[in-house]
Amino acid sequence: MKPTAFEYHAPTTVNEALALLAEHAPNDGRILAGGQSLVPTMAFRLARPTHLIDINQIVELEKLSVEDGALCIGATVRHAKFHTPACEGVLGDLLTEVVNNVAHYPIRQRGTFCGSLAHSDPASEWCMVAATLDATMIVQSASGERAIPADEFFDTVMTTTLNDDELLREVRIPLLSNDSVYGFQEFSRRAGDFAISMTLVTYRLEAGKIVDPHLGVGGAEDRPRRIAEAEAALAGQIPSDNVFRAAANAAAAAIDPMEDHATNAQYRRELTATLVRRALENTVS
Amino acid sequence: MATATNRMLGHLGDSVERLEDPPLVTGKGRFVGDINFPDQLHMRIVRSAHAHGTIKSIDTSAAEAFPGVIAVWTNADIDDVPPIDFREGSDPTLALFRQYPLARELVRYVGDPVAAVFAEDPYTAEDAAELVILNIDPLPILINADETPQDFMGKATTEAAVVEQGYGDIETTFANAHKIVEIDVKVSRHTGVPMECRGAIGRYDEARDVLEMYGAAKVPHRNRDTLCRMLNRPASGMHLFEGHTGGGFGIRGELYPEDVLVCVAAIRLGRPVKWIEDRQEHLMAANHSRQQRHIIRAAVAEDGEIVGLDDELYLDQGGYIRTHGTRVANMTTGTLPGPYRFPVYRSVCHFRLTNKTPAATYRSPGRCESTFVRERLMDAVAVAMDMDPIAVRRRNLISLEEMPYGRALDVLGDSVEHDPGDYAGLLDQGLAQIGWEDLQKQLEERRANGEMVGSGISMFFEKSGLGPSDGAKIFIDNTGCIEVVTGGASIGQGFETAMAQIAAEDLGTDYRRIRVVHGQTNRIDYGVGAHASRATVLTGTAVSLTAQAVRAKALDMAAELMQTTAESLTITDGAVHSKNNPTGPSLTLGEIAEALLPTSKIRGDREPYLKGEEWFHIDHQTYPYGHHIAVVKVDPDTGGVEIEKYFIAYDIGRSINPMMIEGQLVGGLAQGVGGALFEEFTYTEAGDPQAVTFADYLMPTLQETPEPEILLTEDFPSIRTPLGIKGAGEAGITGAAGAIASAIDNAIGIPGAVTETPVSPQRLKKILREHGK
Amino acid sequence: MSKKKDITLNINGRDHNLSVDPRWTLADTIRDHCGQTGTHLGCEHGVCGACTVLVDDSPVRSCLMFGIQADGKKIRTVEGLANGSEYHPLQKAFMENHALQCGYCTPGFLMLATGVLEAQPDISDDELNDVLSSNLCRCTGYANIIKAVRAAREEMRKTS
Repeated sequence: MKPTAFEYHAPTTVNEALALLAEHAPNDGRILAGGQSLVPTMAFRLARPTHLIDINQIVELEKLSVEDGALCIGATVRHAKFHTPACEGVLGDLLTEVVNNVAHYPIRQRGTFCGSLAHSDPASEWCMVAATLDATMIVQSASGERAIPADEFFDTVMTTTLNDDELLREVRIPLLSNDSVYGFQEFSRRAGDFAISMTLVTYRLEAGKIVDPHLGVGGAEDRPRRIAEAEAALAGQIPSDNVFRAAANAAAAAIDPMEDHATNAQYRRELTATLVRRALENTVS
Repeated sequence: MATATNRMLGHLGDSVERLEDPPLVTGKGRFVGDINFPDQLHMRIVRSAHAHGTIKSIDTSAAEAFPGVIAVWTNADIDDVPPIDFREGSDPTLALFRQYPLARELVRYVGDPVAAVFAEDPYTAEDAAELVILNIDPLPILINADETPQDFMGKATTEAAVVEQGYGDIETTFANAHKIVEIDVKVSRHTGVPMECRGAIGRYDEARDVLEMYGAAKVPHRNRDTLCRMLNRPASGMHLFEGHTGGGFGIRGELYPEDVLVCVAAIRLGRPVKWIEDRQEHLMAANHSRQQRHIIRAAVAEDGEIVGLDDELYLDQGGYIRTHGTRVANMTTGTLPGPYRFPVYRSVCHFRLTNKTPAATYRSPGRCESTFVRERLMDAVAVAMDMDPIAVRRRNLISLEEMPYGRALDVLGDSVEHDPGDYAGLLDQGLAQIGWEDLQKQLEERRANGEMVGSGISMFFEKSGLGPSDGAKIFIDNTGCIEVVTGGASIGQGFETAMAQIAAEDLGTDYRRIRVVHGQTNRIDYGVGAHASRATVLTGTAVSLTAQAVRAKALDMAAELMQTTAESLTITDGAVHSKNNPTGPSLTLGEIAEALLPTSKIRGDREPYLKGEEWFHIDHQTYPYGHHIAVVKVDPDTGGVEIEKYFIAYDIGRSINPMMIEGQLVGGLAQGVGGALFEEFTYTEAGDPQAVTFADYLMPTLQETPEPEILLTEDFPSIRTPLGIKGAGEAGITGAAGAIASAIDNAIGIPGAVTETPVSPQRLKKILREHGK
Repeated sequence: MSKKKDITLNINGRDHNLSVDPRWTLADTIRDHCGQTGTHLGCEHGVCGACTVLVDDSPVRSCLMFGIQADGKKIRTVEGLANGSEYHPLQKAFMENHALQCGYCTPGFLMLATGVLEAQPDISDDELNDVLSSNLCRCTGYANIIKAVRAAREEMRKTS
């Protein structure tokens, strides 16, 4: 389980990194950030990059700040940064709760938020957070910059719409208003394992009724996404067990669950219903 | 020397700190990966990606041309090396099914070694191994041992053996039974998975014609003997060395293809050859274990007595028969009756090959599987007879008055004869300690409030101290240094500490002053290693007998020097003195050793040196016993199981170091929980293994592992050993799956629900769904 | 093989000047090229934690970093834990509480616990359980590891 050979580059500016990426991407040159997903894949020789462009020395990518109503997370911000609130308000608290489910403590010291998104494991908590909260991906190549909305970013298992020569430079998550509530649930076989299914829900109440519901599911399908049918079951309703059950059932019915050697679709579907219901119950407890 | 005010440490029964620990907590351990020799080569194994097929060709040319590669071997390069033989000697009926170090005509599982690459460094070796091209003609793939056996090379079928044991008239007993209760249950394929992968270094000293292998474990002497047989070498020219060993659990230290390859390569390539297994290889190449399906029925009398037990089982052996032969089949059929009487009994084991990784022993082999099956059956009998599960067990337990209780069953060549023990008495103590009656009331109340909580019990007897013999040597030099030389093995269980404590008892010395040698075949001619919970029982007793002999010699010499009688002397803190006058004149053991040197004029006609060598022979194994109790909570929505409480009762006979015994029980339980709820090697229909990473082979972390409450009793010292010792290595795991399964049944209110391990959330959810819960 | 690069690894305060292949993992670099074999490899894919070391005082899996990435960083391994002949409180606690059997996972647990107890001396039992569930042990059943780390936490609080 030794990786294949590669050339190593350690640029200190984004432009330098993008130039290297432009040069080497056609020959399977890749960005190395935290490495907590890429390096194991290389150990199994499933990934065989010929060039690794290590961005850990680029100071400007450590950015973690609020700008224009969004939390901006630079490419080398580690998971552990979210152990304490990264911003004031509901979003900071939400991320602090979620991060405890992201792999294990030592992985969180090294792995990066943006790296998780670029790796796009369907069971990644951060991917689900980005999808649920309508994050925007700021991606950049030597030839320019573009912004990709989350619902256009995640394609399928471990695949995004990021081009080979593009760096996911920054992720922007819209802040949540102070009256937002949220609930998060995931289920895995063991502590720290990838989730079999998970869900995140946020909404606000206006006149006692649910407005602006965001309900995302991850781990169950080939990519995380908001579930419109479940959100529709919530919008305009007064929170209650019945409403929550209806939304949970709507979510379970709407998804197309993955099957693998350990988990079948029926189990994932039932589990998703349970998790969505519990996440919704969390919003009122 | 310690001052007289210091309490001498390490008496039998003291929970002293371990001698093994200081190097291990400071990073000074010498595991096989830490050992290097100048000019060494690194071996990488090319493994079959096909589960079953005929080898048409293997193209090694590209790999051979790769810079840094010294040689690439296939079976054709070592066709004079025979298949790996059985540990207990050749067996013509099974010989056909043995594995060659490199596959010869067939590949029989994904992971089967087909070529070996030798290169200057491990990275290069792995690069080159990818260039070996294997051309295979596929053959039909057999995944399930309970399907019709297939042809095996046109010479046999994949049913390699049928192992049958039993006594009494099954047909009549079942024909006359008041009730017959039958269940069909499966134990999953899982295994030991030590934290250190395997490794081996072969090194040949041509000047002395000595072949050495580093990385030996578990049974170094037995593996030396097998290697000598296979490579036609004398034992004096073949040495195996055990370093630190990162966990054994039965699977590590057997003689595997890679061990043979590094030895052969070291001779033929003229350089040391190092092989370190990676984890992906480990999960498809090291021995698997456990996979069995039992169809078992009980003939029950009106009062709940089980008058007959009839079992048919299918054991999934995987691609080849490795060093153990049919050992697991033998132990399963030999121990299935457990602590119960069962006056009539039969168990028929279909020992069958499949196209999966070869299987063999894993901690508590045969007992773990059969205890799960038997205790599932006991629960089923309780339901069928409308009896309390404890009452059914009590009705059938062998009583103290019947002990020692023999039956016409064979376990590893030894007829089963239960040591005296009070199975029902320990059950009473256990139930009292855990507050069984109150517990049942609490659980009933919680169930009435909608919680799925329940308790379950699993009773077992263990076997330990497999004979027939072991010996030990003790040498005390003229500086007073005491060396205990054994053929035992240390796999993390605290062997050195236990042996030192035992020797210290008779040598009147702090256990920390004793050096314990193990696993070095050049230091002692024989050895049983560490398996079958035998190290402390057999080697420990041999050490004790040897220490007594050396003590006698020391006292005899000292008596002459001190002009008194040996009977009036004793040893404290490494010095001989009068029993009546501890602070009076004394002689250190070093001074006595000096007097016994060959050149000493005062030695008289005594044999030179303060040393001894004694043997211990045992006619039957020892049979410790106990029970497990689990309390679980099931989440009906997710199918998840939480173990709320766990209890283990165990009669050890006599403890050497209770801290280490409890460590064995707690650690064994963690593996038991793994087998009951998490760990499983699954395969596709095409024979592809699906658990070859630690993301797929789920071993419990701290969060999934309960801390058990332990009741360790010394009520019945073994009558087989002078110290009364019984083994402790396996009791933590034996009862786990049975107790957890029983508790899950109880929690969800569906008797007999659990018929298969591991009880994954998906499996449990399916059970609940099918029962409308 | 790709071009080797010169780096300096500072392990337990000592500089090692090396010429490394970029693909050497930090674990292999420490073990095979700096002679510090106390750091163990249990899976090489980041799950078991046996290879945990401190890089700039953070516990990380050394199988998931390349040696070249640690150029100029401060690495601490189990060999540097004791102060001369004086054991670190965690080493002592592990021995006193029988928190190891085969000892293979022990260096990883010791470095993980060192990193977290230095960063969070007042960490709660629950948080500690969460952190310690990062690493696998196959011998002890974990109960004694928990006891040992809690005991060391108390001891380290006293001395800090």
